[in-house]
Amino acid sequence: MESLEEIKARIEAAVPGAKIDIVTNGGPSQQHSLRVDNEHACDVAKWLRDDPVLRLDFCSNVTGVDWLDRTVKKTVKVKKVVDGEEKEVNETTEEKIPGHIEAVYHLYSMTHKHGPVIIRMRTSDRAAGARLPSLTPIWRSAEFQEREIFDLYGVKFDGHPDLRRILMWDEFEDYPMRKDYREPDDYEYEPTPHDDVLERAKPYYTPRPQIDGAESIVEEWKPT
Amino acid sequence: MSEGIDEVLRSKLQQQGIWVSSMQELYNWGRKNSIWPLQFGLACCAIEMIATAASRYDIARFGGEVFRPSPRQADLMIVAGTVTKKMAPQIVRLYNQMADPKYVIAMGACAISGGPFKQGYNVLKGIDRYIPVDVYIPGCPPRPEALLHAFMELQRKIDEQKLSGANKAAHLDSDQPSEFPVPAFGKHDLEPPANPDIFHPPKLERV
Repeated sequence: MESLEEIKARIEAAVPGAKIDIVTNGGPSQQHSLRVDNEHACDVAKWLRDDPVLRLDFCSNVTGVDWLDRTVKKTVKVKKVVDGEEKEVNETTEEKIPGHIEAVYHLYSMTHKHGPVIIRMRTSDRAAGARLPSLTPIWRSAEFQEREIFDLYGVKFDGHPDLRRILMWDEFEDYPMRKDYREPDDYEYEPTPHDDVLERAKPYYTPRPQIDGAESIVEEWKPT
Repeated sequence: MSEGIDEVLRSKLQQQGIWVSSMQELYNWGRKNSIWPLQFGLACCAIEMIATAASRYDIARFGGEVFRPSPRQADLMIVAGTVTKKMAPQIVRLYNQMADPKYVIAMGACAISGGPFKQGYNVLKGIDRYIPVDVYIPGCPPRPEALLHAFMELQRKIDEQKLSGANKAAHLDSDQPSEFPVPAFGKHDLEPPANPDIFHPPKLERV
């Protein structure tokens, strides 16, 4: 199969105006992906499916990724002139990346037996802007999985034929797979609570100030 | 056991071919030996329940082989598997549709407490939050022997039920409810998250 750079160049030639970024994956899988801009996503997807060389006619998996607001700190060594001397100084730059949600599509070709080509789309934010174009008209197999992303991440897919919740009930209002989701508080009984569950179960315990005081001392103590 | 009869005398009469019994004994004997379960399964525990009904373990030995596909004809609800919050109202509704007397076996870790999914958002943390449970079986999933053991425990429980008096069986007491409120789908959770009339979790105490 072609490399992602070749695919990117061919998409940009075939679909005028399409903006494609290559998102690298530093993990052991090395599965790099193509980020497609939302306006041209449908055209790009249609081209990927119909191009005779690629023929990505099978969408095996669609999933969502939630990215919270984050700041990335980068430390760069810069040569600066301080008091007439040239010195190397560490300069820290902070880059603020606003939160967004991604939909990731894994594409294979049944005709040519190759794949996967991974494409992803990114919403503008995590609230009202959580909208993406639906690729269900291109790959029918994306229908249920886009509904699942709608259910669990709260992304609205424009052009989806039947966008309803698929796993949770219709009256449900939360998006459980988002990273800031808190499940309903029903920890009034937990036989062996620990970690996060212990913290949440504590209001239901009878207080025992002597031992709990000792606990906090133990937590502060660190071996030297 | 029938009350008011000397056991020794009873045994001697039996040897002479005279069988003395009580209405209560006869009634409970009949009921405990034909417990018809409701035919439904929710998860992997149902596979074990099916194995229990098949020839190797053979629940027919205890009179429980007639799995009924309608709650109107069933005596026993075996909650075999994970009860998701989306499924819970339907379970309570099926229980309400069963005719008295009716019994519930909570089979497996999920049905008794939520099991491995207890810390999740979508699984009910035990069916005893909404309906009264007679026998709990731990295990993930419990083996067919465990289900048979629970079945025998239930038979023992039925055998000890009283037909009259202050502590008579719940289905004969008109003050005891036979139906329980069906929880509604809420915005964040089931409403209410548990029925406070029947769900009494142990009080947490740390030592």
